[in-house]
Amino acid sequence: MEHILTCIVCPRGCELHVDENFNVTGNSCPRGAVYGAQEIRDPRRTLTSTVKCRGKVLRVCPVKTSGTIRKADQFRIMEIVNKTEIVPPVALGQVIVPNIGDTGVDLIATRAIDE
Amino acid sequence: MENRDLVIIGGGSAGMAAAVAAYDKGIRDILILERTEFLGGILNQCIHNGFGLHEFKEELTGPEFLTRFVNQVKERGIEYELEANVLSLTNDRVVTYLSKKGKKSIKAKAVINAAGCYERNAGAIGIPGTRPAGVITAGQAQLYLNEFGYMVGKKVFILGSGDIGLIMARRMTLEGAKVLGVAEIMPYSNGLNRNIQQCLKDFDIPLYLSHTVSKVIGKEHLEAIEISKVDERMRPIPGTEIRFDVDTLLLSIGLIPNNSILDQAGAIGSSTRGSKVNQNMETSIPGVFSCGNVLHVHDLVDYVVEEGRQAGVAAAAYLQGQQRSDGPRIECVPGNGIGYVVPSWIDMESAGDSIPLKFRCRKPSKNVYISISFNGKEVKKMLKLAMIPSEMEIIKLPKNLLDSNQGKLEVALVAKGE
Ligand SMILES: Cc1cc2nc3c(=O)[nH]c(=O)nc-3n(C[C@H](O)[C@H](O)[C@H](O)COP(=O)(O)OP(=O)(O)OC[C@H]3O[C@@H](n4cnc5c(N)ncnc54)[C@H](O)[C@@H]3O)c2cc1C
Ligand code: SF4
Repeated sequence: MEHILTCIVCPRGCELHVDENFNVTGNSCPRGAVYGAQEIRDPRRTLTSTVKCRGKVLRVCPVKTSGTIRKADQFRIMEIVNKTEIVPPVALGQVIVPNIGDTGVDLIATRAIDE
Repeated sequence: MENRDLVIIGGGSAGMAAAVAAYDKGIRDILILERTEFLGGILNQCIHNGFGLHEFKEELTGPEFLTRFVNQVKERGIEYELEANVLSLTNDRVVTYLSKKGKKSIKAKAVINAAGCYERNAGAIGIPGTRPAGVITAGQAQLYLNEFGYMVGKKVFILGSGDIGLIMARRMTLEGAKVLGVAEIMPYSNGLNRNIQQCLKDFDIPLYLSHTVSKVIGKEHLEAIEISKVDERMRPIPGTEIRFDVDTLLLSIGLIPNNSILDQAGAIGSSTRGSKVNQNMETSIPGVFSCGNVLHVHDLVDYVVEEGRQAGVAAAAYLQGQQRSDGPRIECVPGNGIGYVVPSWIDMESAGDSIPLKFRCRKPSKNVYISISFNGKEVKKMLKLAMIPSEMEIIKLPKNLLDSNQGKLEVALVAKGE
């Protein structure tokens, strides 16, 4: 069966057609082919959110997963994110939760907060 | 009165990129005035990723992207003042602003306006019914959640398919809210396809095209809304109502340039609700430039940055003595199927070898030619397989295609086969 999906790798949003052998057509660049095949086999997403922060100015600190996690894992990981609290200082890229929920990727800060 | 070479209004991506570009062209006396407590502008609240693919060849979140620009500003020692709210600008470039230290005026040799945009709100569209609490713009909800950690509601409906609304649909869903749907009055979405996919389809959130909110219900606080299908003239069709019990209605119905400072200074306005500019982003007031969302609303920060740089480079050239001619000019106008064109005019004397033309189509079009004609003669034609209004087009027009320094340049769509 052929799958039709929208490439989410860049804002262009090409319409991808992926056949049963994971051959991709409709992509305007090679990254679309990689994404299309991956999306059918094992869809993955980068998760972005915020964690509580006991800072002087900021009450929350933006975070992301350092790599992609399985799409189906997003809500499970959000539960961990929501229980996490940090105290500044935090550096940009600092690991907040290593190997979050055994996904193999870390939760990292996407902003530096000094105090 | 204090004197400055270059004052930049707004420390978002456009303002920072402009400052860095002007510095790198040799301008040292620069001051960025930023109203909030942080540099970075709207990107501070855009914690999702998808920024910087052009600029840094990596996928970054908004805060990561802006940090790189803040670092560029700091490395150069460019001065900025935070919590400095610009109140006015005169046509001889006196900038007046309010800060904790009080009110102050600066006489600038050049000014770049990079004040961003604001969101269209409930007042801008007439939804019948009450005006209870719980109806807010998607950007405000984003600010509350991403910068203050406050969720505005638990059962949400979204009016308008703009990107901010789509991004918030995903964000609030992941935070445990139930997003019941998105209604879009047009027969097509106004957001990027990738956001329809990763923000709505990923979470099975329905998108109701050709629908609008026809009723708001609730006394003190929002209790429910009703949506209806619309006819070709955008009027709700009776009998098509669907009711949703919600505590929050997010509005994602468009952004408008925050251009009051330039309007009041007397700069000539354009149909984008920004100011008219030439190819160097210079407004009708000499030495006053405009870039980023205050000039025309952009969907991609990469283009904002590019435009900021263009303004910074041009302001530096102006400060270093390059004068534009106020003589003959080429007017740039939107033709068939095109909503607007930036710049509004080209001054050939101060133009570089390639002139970026930015424009949007009026409605989704497939298999069309973009045709650029100069004084009635086609000078460039390009086939586009698909165009949508939510994606800005940029064509870099080689200057040597223009064989005169005056006349009319028109950008139009021509159907294939015509
Ligand atoms: C919610 C949202 C999501 C987006 N998502 C993406 C995305 O995924 N990918 C992408 O590439 N692009 C995205 N964009 C687009 C892009 O990020 C923005 O268009 C861009 O950052 C705008 O930059 P700017 O400098 O023009 O405006 P802004 O960032 O708004 O900066 C304007 C600055 O001027 C200041 N200011 C305003 N008035 C005054 C005054 N009177 N005095 C002093 N300062 C003033 C403001 O405080 C602000 O800091 C998104 C935009 C929004 C709104
Ligand atoms: S295929 Fe390439 S160009 Fe098309 S959306 Fe994906 S990444 Fe972008």
